[in-house]
Amino acid sequence: MMLKIKRVPTVVSNYQKEEGGDGGGNRSGGCGRNCLRSCCIQGAKLPLYAFKVESAAVEKELSMTRMKGTPVQFLDSLLLGEWEDRMQKGLFRYDVTACETKVIPGRYGFIAQLNEGRHLKKRPTEFRVDKVLQPFDGNKFNFTKVGQEEVLFQFEASEDGEAQFFPNAPIDVDNSPGVVAINVSPIEYGHVLLIPRILECLPQRIEGESFLLALHMAVEAGNPYFRLGYNSLGAFATINHLHFQAYYLASIFPIEKAPSRKISTLGSGVRISELLDYPVRGLVFEGGNSLLNLANAVSESCICLQDNNIPFNVLISDSGKRIFLLPQCYAEKQALGEVSTELLDTQVNPAVWEISGHMVLKRKEDYEGASEDNAWRLLAEVSLSEERFEEVKALVFEAISCASTIASGSPPDKTVESADKPGTANNDADKANQRSHPAVLPGSRECVVLQ
Amino acid sequence: MECRAHVQSRSQQQQLLSLTERSFVATFTAAVVDALEDLPDNFTVTDPGICGHPIVYASRGFLKMSGYSKEEVIGRNGRVFQGPKTNRRSVMEIREAVREAKGVVVSLLNYRKDGSPFWMLFQMCPVFSVVDGRVTHFVAVQVPISGNRRNSGGRDARLCEGSCRREVLGLEEWGPNCGSGCGSVLDSDSRGLQAEEQCEASDHEKRKAACAIRNIVSILTNYSQLTNRLVCGRRCCSDGLALLGSSVIISLGRIKQSFVLSDVHLPDMPIVYASDAFLKLTGYNRNEVLGRNCRFLNGDETDSSTVLQIKECIQKNQPCTVRILNYRKDGSSFWNLLHISPVRNASGKISHFVGVQIEEGCPTQEQDGLTPEMRQRGTVGAVKVALRTLSIGSCSSSSA
Repeated sequence: MMLKIKRVPTVVSNYQKEEGGDGGGNRSGGCGRNCLRSCCIQGAKLPLYAFKVESAAVEKELSMTRMKGTPVQFLDSLLLGEWEDRMQKGLFRYDVTACETKVIPGRYGFIAQLNEGRHLKKRPTEFRVDKVLQPFDGNKFNFTKVGQEEVLFQFEASEDGEAQFFPNAPIDVDNSPGVVAINVSPIEYGHVLLIPRILECLPQRIEGESFLLALHMAVEAGNPYFRLGYNSLGAFATINHLHFQAYYLASIFPIEKAPSRKISTLGSGVRISELLDYPVRGLVFEGGNSLLNLANAVSESCICLQDNNIPFNVLISDSGKRIFLLPQCYAEKQALGEVSTELLDTQVNPAVWEISGHMVLKRKEDYEGASEDNAWRLLAEVSLSEERFEEVKALVFEAISCASTIASGSPPDKTVESADKPGTANNDADKANQRSHPAVLPGSRECVVLQ
Repeated sequence: MECRAHVQSRSQQQQLLSLTERSFVATFTAAVVDALEDLPDNFTVTDPGICGHPIVYASRGFLKMSGYSKEEVIGRNGRVFQGPKTNRRSVMEIREAVREAKGVVVSLLNYRKDGSPFWMLFQMCPVFSVVDGRVTHFVAVQVPISGNRRNSGGRDARLCEGSCRREVLGLEEWGPNCGSGCGSVLDSDSRGLQAEEQCEASDHEKRKAACAIRNIVSILTNYSQLTNRLVCGRRCCSDGLALLGSSVIISLGRIKQSFVLSDVHLPDMPIVYASDAFLKLTGYNRNEVLGRNCRFLNGDETDSSTVLQIKECIQKNQPCTVRILNYRKDGSSFWNLLHISPVRNASGKISHFVGVQIEEGCPTQEQDGLTPEMRQRGTVGAVKVALRTLSIGSCSSSSA
């Protein structure tokens, strides 16, 4: 059985509308839309921000000196400046700051936005939701097809270890840069997409290097109200081309207020906790002796979920100090017809932002009547059941070799000895898990979809 | 060599002194410092109106507890005392309290100068201006949590009997939510509880913190009477319209560019916020600028057609960029590359106009590669983000 849902895809680029044929007039070479593919990229230039990669020791000292005054960081000014520039050039489908927004009264303070313009114009399309990993398909829309005016800058690790900015840098085709592009249907001010190694056309799939890039972006922006998010396929990503999203909202998200219980500390110093008293069950990662340790712990967990075909969302919060990982099963329930029409009618797709407590609502009546109960009810449908979450947790802990001190709370019963074997070594283990997984979990059909 | 170092530290000291004075003198007179010095408690006072929301006063007890000197503390944000094991959620609670100008009580793991961590009860409360309801300062008391974390009963209740009324401090939301003992295993229903390694203060310690807060606020209130700029421990009314919350002020304070904000809902669109860089550029003091329409920057040689152009853009709610001759307080003129843009608040309606000034021909302040135009756009963006959440919580704050 193949599971599919119908939904209106979000238009993230002005070039997405003409999906299918390449269209456009053939002006002065290239495809005529000044895109990022081989037809147009020769001689193209874009600003380049190269961030400094800190060693663990330096990182700590720097965090002290940075405290002074904390003026708007450079990346912050660059991103906001370039975004405002595109806004004045009229590249967005609407002015998102003209959308009404409010905090829903209640314990958690869910944030609601009324956005009637975001989803209207397109016909619903079918999306396959039962495969978290799908191969890249060059015929479908991808970010190499956007016009260069939608790209704000290139974002890369500095080669010589010092942060640098080049207002006009050629695009190094052989080195496939990470780029930051606008989302023309923004959820909030500054909504952008980070596309790691854009020219390599990677599918929507977490791997260590790309995740580290996203984490660096959160750290570099240095603004707790600038968060990055990731949706896997099957968890409301609509474009199968590796990307993270990010935007500014100067408010605290409910998920950031939720209490948590520490489960474990890894050998690398990364602390893992479990969310408590929040409608969606999830894990929280923080600490670590270096940014790389933190990034690795999260990306290895994500890889484990991917390999086990479990859809998930990731929120990088608090300038990269806390990362939330939330496996989910809403799309699958929706495909199986297990979600009430009442919830479906709101057309809210519970992706990373909704799960974090920022609800973008399309109908005025839903906005007017928004309550903590409603938000809670929707998110409760998104969450794995307690039983299933425990199983998934065990899989994750097995994958990330949780050999360290285990604090109070349900410890995973299996611990793997080798703590320092990330990447390739684990892949085999993951594949083994994938094969054995359905056998391990008889009868728990929730979120396990077999072909 | 020694001599030079001495001179340096003296000028540094003066600079710090000026930060405390800059923050205190206008509201409390300098004498308030002597009164605060007499208090035995560990506390700091921060000023959300200064860039970076720095500590402007640290008590002797606080310095002793943290191991830092006054010079190392004044001018810094309270974050410097946090470290790798500090609970991020507690930090978030404090940030939210600052945002919403509310009181907060949390157990917090802080770090001394020598790097050693210690648990303390952190209680913070805002101090409001009676005149306009603005938050002028935050007072934060830090009570070290002793090894014995169990409640020791009401032994020292008489210390501040009947006088530490919670409602005065706006703590009703926080008081009962504080956890129930160190390291206890918690069920998922325990609301607002820190289930991670968390230390709980005793009732005695909680009373001590509340009492200290009350004493400090009372001193500040008394001294504010001397300047007629009265402050108090809870927000008193005000028309609310011109009010930018402390969180907005803090966000705006991070922006280094010269800019002003005008409130479209007030008659003649007066300036309600002016950045430090604007004051430096024009030579005015903040209180000479707030409440006035921007046109006071114009003078004899200012082109009236440019002024008209600005007016039309504002009427049409459109952004515009002009080159206009403006005048400083000392009468000297400069070409101002002015960019103006409407800004919307949480309701989605235009609430303010931001004007960003760049002095033509002025060598760029920083060699960071961003063009002046891009920095101007970045300022507009940062202001839009800051005001986007203005009055976002209007439904919840009205009940507080």
